[in-house]
Amino acid sequence: MASLAPSFGRGAMTNDWMDIKNADLLIVMGGNPAEAHPVGFKWVIEAKVKNKARLIVVDPRFTRTAAVADFYAPIRQGTDIAFLNGVTRYLLESDKIQHEYVKAYTNASFVVREGFDYKDGLFTGYDADKRAYDTATWEYEIGPDGFAVVDETWRHPRCVMQLLRKHVAPYTPEMVERICGTPKDKFLKICEMIATTAAPERTMTSLYALGWTHHSSGSQNIRGMCVVQTLLGNIGMPGGGINALRGHSNIQGLTDLGLMSELLPGYMDLPLQADKDLDAYMSRHQFKTLRPGQTNYWQNYRKFFVSFMKAMYGSAATAENNFAYDWLPKRDVPTYDVLRAFELARQGKMNGYVMQGFNPLMSFPNKTKMTEGLSKLKFLVVLDPLQTETARFWQNHGIYNDVKPADIKTEVFELPTTCFAEDEGSLSNSCRWLQWHWPAQEPPGLARTDIDIMAELHLRLRDLYAREGGAFPDPILHLHWPYEVARRPRPDELAREINGYTVENITDPADKNRVITPAGRQLDSFAQLRDDGKTACGCWIYSGCYTEQGNMMARRDPHDPDNRGIAPKWAWAWPANRRILYNRASSDPQGKPWAEDKKLVWWNGSQWVGFDVPDYGPAIPPSQAVGPFIMNQEGVARLFVRSLMRDGPFPAHYEPFESPRKNLLAPDIIGNPAARIFKQDLAELGSSEKFPYAATSYRVTEHFHYWTKHARINAILQPQQFVEIGEELAREKGIANGGWVRVWSNRGALISKALVTKRLKPIICDGRPVHVVGIPHHWGFTGLTKKGFSPNSLTPVVGDANVQTPEFKAWLVNIEPTTPPAGEMV
Amino acid sequence: MADTNSLDVIRRSASSDVPPSVRTHQEVAKLIDVSRCIGCKACQAACEEWNDVRDNVGVFSGTIQNPPDLSARSWTLMRFSEYENPKTGELEWLIRKDGCMHCTDPGCLKACPAPGAIVQYANGIVDFVEENCIGCRYCIKGCPFNIPRYSAQDNKAYKCTLCSDRVSVGQEPACAKACPTGAIMFGSKGSMIEQAADRVLDLHARGYENAGLYDPPGVGGTHVMYVLQHADQPELYQGLPKDPEISPLVQIWKGGAKAFGFAVMGLGLIGGFLHYITVGPNEVPSEAEREAVELEREEKVKQAAEQGARR
Repeated sequence: MASLAPSFGRGAMTNDWMDIKNADLLIVMGGNPAEAHPVGFKWVIEAKVKNKARLIVVDPRFTRTAAVADFYAPIRQGTDIAFLNGVTRYLLESDKIQHEYVKAYTNASFVVREGFDYKDGLFTGYDADKRAYDTATWEYEIGPDGFAVVDETWRHPRCVMQLLRKHVAPYTPEMVERICGTPKDKFLKICEMIATTAAPERTMTSLYALGWTHHSSGSQNIRGMCVVQTLLGNIGMPGGGINALRGHSNIQGLTDLGLMSELLPGYMDLPLQADKDLDAYMSRHQFKTLRPGQTNYWQNYRKFFVSFMKAMYGSAATAENNFAYDWLPKRDVPTYDVLRAFELARQGKMNGYVMQGFNPLMSFPNKTKMTEGLSKLKFLVVLDPLQTETARFWQNHGIYNDVKPADIKTEVFELPTTCFAEDEGSLSNSCRWLQWHWPAQEPPGLARTDIDIMAELHLRLRDLYAREGGAFPDPILHLHWPYEVARRPRPDELAREINGYTVENITDPADKNRVITPAGRQLDSFAQLRDDGKTACGCWIYSGCYTEQGNMMARRDPHDPDNRGIAPKWAWAWPANRRILYNRASSDPQGKPWAEDKKLVWWNGSQWVGFDVPDYGPAIPPSQAVGPFIMNQEGVARLFVRSLMRDGPFPAHYEPFESPRKNLLAPDIIGNPAARIFKQDLAELGSSEKFPYAATSYRVTEHFHYWTKHARINAILQPQQFVEIGEELAREKGIANGGWVRVWSNRGALISKALVTKRLKPIICDGRPVHVVGIPHHWGFTGLTKKGFSPNSLTPVVGDANVQTPEFKAWLVNIEPTTPPAGEMV
Repeated sequence: MADTNSLDVIRRSASSDVPPSVRTHQEVAKLIDVSRCIGCKACQAACEEWNDVRDNVGVFSGTIQNPPDLSARSWTLMRFSEYENPKTGELEWLIRKDGCMHCTDPGCLKACPAPGAIVQYANGIVDFVEENCIGCRYCIKGCPFNIPRYSAQDNKAYKCTLCSDRVSVGQEPACAKACPTGAIMFGSKGSMIEQAADRVLDLHARGYENAGLYDPPGVGGTHVMYVLQHADQPELYQGLPKDPEISPLVQIWKGGAKAFGFAVMGLGLIGGFLHYITVGPNEVPSEAEREAVELEREEKVKQAAEQGARR
């Protein structure tokens, strides 16, 4: 999400699951949807069967997605940017870009400030001590008119198109083969296939998931594809887009509602300590339009923010107290992500941890560090429908969790919660649909909904603050709590609050006595939000989900006009029920669809009409040349993302922090130079001499995360852990298929059975083989399956430079055959 | 199943009498398009759920195929084959959903000595009626696809029912319902053959020049058919037989020895022999007639397949 928003304006899958069927070409890189998203994968098959589409899979492993691909090519894990920049180079060199689209809808012509450069693997402004950039030069040159300077001819040496050409020049097919291990002929074949979609009537969809995000350059992997798809004119088009297939059914909802330490709902950001007051905070959120006449919807930031504060603090948020701005927490560091949280826990700087639906002992890197951190807490509260390993981190389970319970003082509270099938609410899926669901059965035993537990917790804390006072009681005492039954807020009450409502009568600006909307009405959309405190809205992008017409998320009308894969009355999608983002770009600058069978939204002479809700001002004529990327200050898609990402405005190849190979393009650089890594974690990195094999972790289709091992049928379908290796490595090491192996990194070891397979082949990089060791993660020490190890017994603690997603997909191990652990029959 | 569906039965095991079969049915078929199967095992899960059977939680045994084999409580199984295609030099991961093929000429039924333990319905489904099963395991010997499995727990044999209970009330089998990619289709046999022809054409266009429909004539055709990328080498798909036939032993048992045996039981040694001489010829025409009907049906199926392939 940290790459899609800088590129296009919003951090979400651009298209829709159903729309995948409209693609002419599908590329799966950084994902394995046949295994991880088997239900959604039906649309890939639909594209193949009905649209005769071709499917390309690029993956270190021959996956179940590769099993149904038309073309598969291997790639060494962690080198996707080199591959993608190689594709970009191919498209530019062979002039296979959609010129009219790129001219009108991207920042190719924008001129970048003097001084910006990229040399020896670094962009201008790098500070090695801080592992961070001064990004001052990563911006456009501003002309005397106050707008960005552009050169429509693309001749200016500092225009984005010229800089991009220069940036991708080293990524020749030969270099791609040396870095990625993708044979040159296969790489070029894929380039040729991709290039066919530069034609306006052909589109390619990109499907990715955690195979791109789980890297120290994860966000930039996605950026690599953003550049490719933008040059091809595949954004805003049916069957196109960059489709982030989210890892959990509601993980899109997590970021949408701001459950990241640095976010507020609707992708607003939590103030920094330096933002002393609301004015200071707002000065960072000016969103000045960079080209004349652009929509630049973020200009309404203050309306979103003030309405959010009204939803939080009700009548206690007033213009006089800056709408309770002082009650918001202020960040002293960029993020308090999980990696930082456990660093603090390990240092003994954290007292308690409340975990909701979260199993970090298994899901986060370096289990030893997790255990150390958890052991130093005074208390741990786990809210979960399942018996998680984290809640039992203190229990000894032999080799699978070898701890001394007597030495652990942490007090653990386990609060059983309902699961999705036992409660009511909405789930936000990958393609931004909010779908309401109802309970299918009563929760078992003493399980309660998370809402009930949180409500009770709040009310008790509030009582304590009311009785005893405290250092800072205001944010707790004044939290707006308007629910009919205080102890049990209903999901629909919360949904109505998230949608937003009028707090006071909204009157006609011309006639103060004329009420346009009375107080207490549900809003129709975020267009009605105000910055004077007369509206409240819990999450501006969700505004429209629960209007005076009722719960739009509960709609179940599958009617799909012209079978376009839109079905506009099925549930509700943010923003404003638009199903394909940036859909104005499906028509040419004159408002005419690029191709008849790819038509989606077009200008009918007086307004924008079509199958989808226009992601655009409905009556803005094409002659005004307002860009289709209405969230961006430029109005266009960004090939160059300015200073919006910490590790560079263009994607650049960096090796994983633990890599079997040196960075061929910048041999002195280890890992992503702008990624944060804590001192002890840096010291715990292993070398390729001691750990020569490239490990990766992943899911298999039979299980979902660490949940389904608690379910009988899933346990039957994949009962026990295995580690996958190729036949060559097995031969070299004397490992038998089904035999036991020990795999270890610089941080830990695991013992597992081995699966020796033809599907993992040595990847030949720079003439020498890299052996891949694949470690699926689903087994632990609770549940119905055999006990097993998480691959996170081995993984390093380093995250993506922008969002701190850990580097689960590329690290180093060693492997040897071993004997079965005690108590194992075979 | 047999009680409510007995009017649909066209053949019963170990019974010389022809069942009433007053109701006529369109022949149904399940078409498994191997080229769009992603091996997700939703079919296995759905089979366990619908039939409410649960296998044991096993162990990893060197394959992601789990359980490792069909069993009395696992009636369908995804079988995975890693195949290095010598022509292209590329790896292919062939994933075939294994289970009962519901043969038009079922070897299990022919081999079964227990009256009414195996029946065939007019819609083509071959069903085990466990209450009549004597646990002799001849069905296992009779099956050219190695499908039925014996349960020592209750001394009965089990296999896929093609969800005869669901089909009899107009629903598709549970596996077809659960399949996320539409790799398992269900309908009349004719429409499935047409579907297959479309898929085969598409596979030809993708370079699988030997793609085709698997509907083996050696068993009179099947009511579970496959679209295979390599129809010329079905054995690549974990030993799917190229030309399955009912074992000659079963043919002999069925043809001569069985009739002989029943005759002996009914009439005593000598009298029975004499009776066999006189009664035998009466049976021959009816057998021959049925065979002729079946041959004709095979011909039709073949023609339809050829027509489909030409489309």
